[in-house]
Amino acid sequence: MKVQGKVWKFGDNIDTDLIIPARYLNISDGSELANYCFADIRPDFAKGVSSGDILVAGRNFGCGSSREHAPLAIKEAGISVIIAKSFARIFYRNAFNIGLPLLESEEAAKDISEGEQVIVDLASGECKSIDIGKTFSAHPIPDFMRKLIKAGGLVNYIRKGERKA
Amino acid sequence: MPMTITEKILALHAGVEKVSPGDLIEVKVDMALANDVTAPLAIETFRKIGTKRVFDNEKIVLVADHFVPNKDIQSAGQVKLMRVFAGQHEIKNYFEGGESGIEHVILPEKGLVLPGQLIIGADSHTCTYGALGTFSSGVGSTDLGAVMATGEIWLKVPPTIRMEYEGSLLPNVRGKDLILYTIGLLGVEGALYCALEFAGEVIKKLPMSQRFTMANMAVEAGGKNGIIEPDEITLAYVAERSSSKSLVLKGDIDAKYKKVVKIIVDKIEPQVAVPHSPANVHPVSEVGNVPLDQVFIGSCTNGWLEDLRDAAGILKGRRVARGLRLIIIPGSPWIYKKAIQEGIIEAFLDTGAVIGPPCCGPCLGGHMGILAEGERAISTTNRNFMGRMGHPKSEVYLSNPLVAAASAVLGRIGSPDEL
Repeated sequence: MKVQGKVWKFGDNIDTDLIIPARYLNISDGSELANYCFADIRPDFAKGVSSGDILVAGRNFGCGSSREHAPLAIKEAGISVIIAKSFARIFYRNAFNIGLPLLESEEAAKDISEGEQVIVDLASGECKSIDIGKTFSAHPIPDFMRKLIKAGGLVNYIRKGERKA
Repeated sequence: MPMTITEKILALHAGVEKVSPGDLIEVKVDMALANDVTAPLAIETFRKIGTKRVFDNEKIVLVADHFVPNKDIQSAGQVKLMRVFAGQHEIKNYFEGGESGIEHVILPEKGLVLPGQLIIGADSHTCTYGALGTFSSGVGSTDLGAVMATGEIWLKVPPTIRMEYEGSLLPNVRGKDLILYTIGLLGVEGALYCALEFAGEVIKKLPMSQRFTMANMAVEAGGKNGIIEPDEITLAYVAERSSSKSLVLKGDIDAKYKKVVKIIVDKIEPQVAVPHSPANVHPVSEVGNVPLDQVFIGSCTNGWLEDLRDAAGILKGRRVARGLRLIIIPGSPWIYKKAIQEGIIEAFLDTGAVIGPPCCGPCLGGHMGILAEGERAISTTNRNFMGRMGHPKSEVYLSNPLVAAASAVLGRIGSPDEL
């Protein structure tokens, strides 16, 4: 599966408080949460993001609180995939569980810049920047996570009986 | 094959003889936890899965602690949703109002978590129970919803980083300082995906409250779980609170660790994490002149009775600096009551503190003590991320309760030695 979009670039250690500040945690609806995604550090994000856009970040993306509101807000805002140098553990689980794919690539995260158009092949982990004409290879998504994405998240994975409920 | 304590607990719950780091396993969960922020999404997941009943109504704990007493209509709705769900499924351990406190304080206090168990919670500080020799780890709401339906979860077996603390602690140094120092040393992703094991002579002498503080912040170094092997102190704590038998597991002498780090504690001063990272750690004497607007003592990190005793020891007979707000929140109703009986609460009130009802309070900036633009706080909590306690241009410093209390009197960050 391939996705294409404009890049929104972030730095290292973007914590879940930055992704969705706690004052919005009285909201459980994903599309409403999307309105406040990165409210404090990128107030232009929620309004400017288009469906399919790609988020590129540094190390330890999604550290901190376990709030699933964070990947949910990003996914509902329209982001199709996050490429980062590394992800915090709970965020990693949460994203795949709700069907938001993540790719790890030091190089892509370093060299791809804000605003570039990038095509990502989720199956192979290949990320191609159209603007600079450069291709990067991310770590392939582990088999189990790929099954989750294919099913559309953990709920459907369990419902389809791939794992007993 | 030799195993660490974390590996032994995981193998036991996966029903296999041995596990190794990197193995993907399915484990049975002894207790599943969610709170008023994470439960609503978990309940939605549970409903979508379509299972009629929860896997075991005695193995789920739902705690209203983040935005309680309900701070607004939406929060009230979230707690209501959780309460109705608990009623429908006859969930035995549902806590709200006067029965409730901070989840990670009341679960050990009520004897709901035991050594050798495997606990999964939709809260990142679920790792706190590792202080009891339990495997406990935080997940998100979807994972928790699936656990409520199936009683199982998939986990990747983490490699273990073993921290060994030796030597003698200086006065006014607590478990909080050891864990801040450790996070400063490892960095915020130094233990990413790893088990963080705390060991050594210093840990063996720490009371449970300080062990909880240390395991609580394992996640701040990226850890999957924090863990301390159970000993006499652990078993005495558990025996007072539960009649169930503890499973005492210990790592094998030749168990394999990703790394072993030895720390000589003799010269470690009380530590302060400065904005905006819990790894931005400095000895309190090197922080410089930092005037404060607010001091918060409480949270799942430092809302224990011993923490309040520490703070009271500093605050008794002194006054909070003019213009500074001191907010103190006991971790549970039981701690609150004990603090009243010991005269601690009276000392706090005499000093000019505000006492809040047992809950998460201002730790996550949602409720009860939010910071305005440009304001600065020292807090006994676990995170000092940008905007954590309020306005994105406010600042949070982290410390132990002794330093926080002394700072409340001084009106700036300082140590008890300066009083």
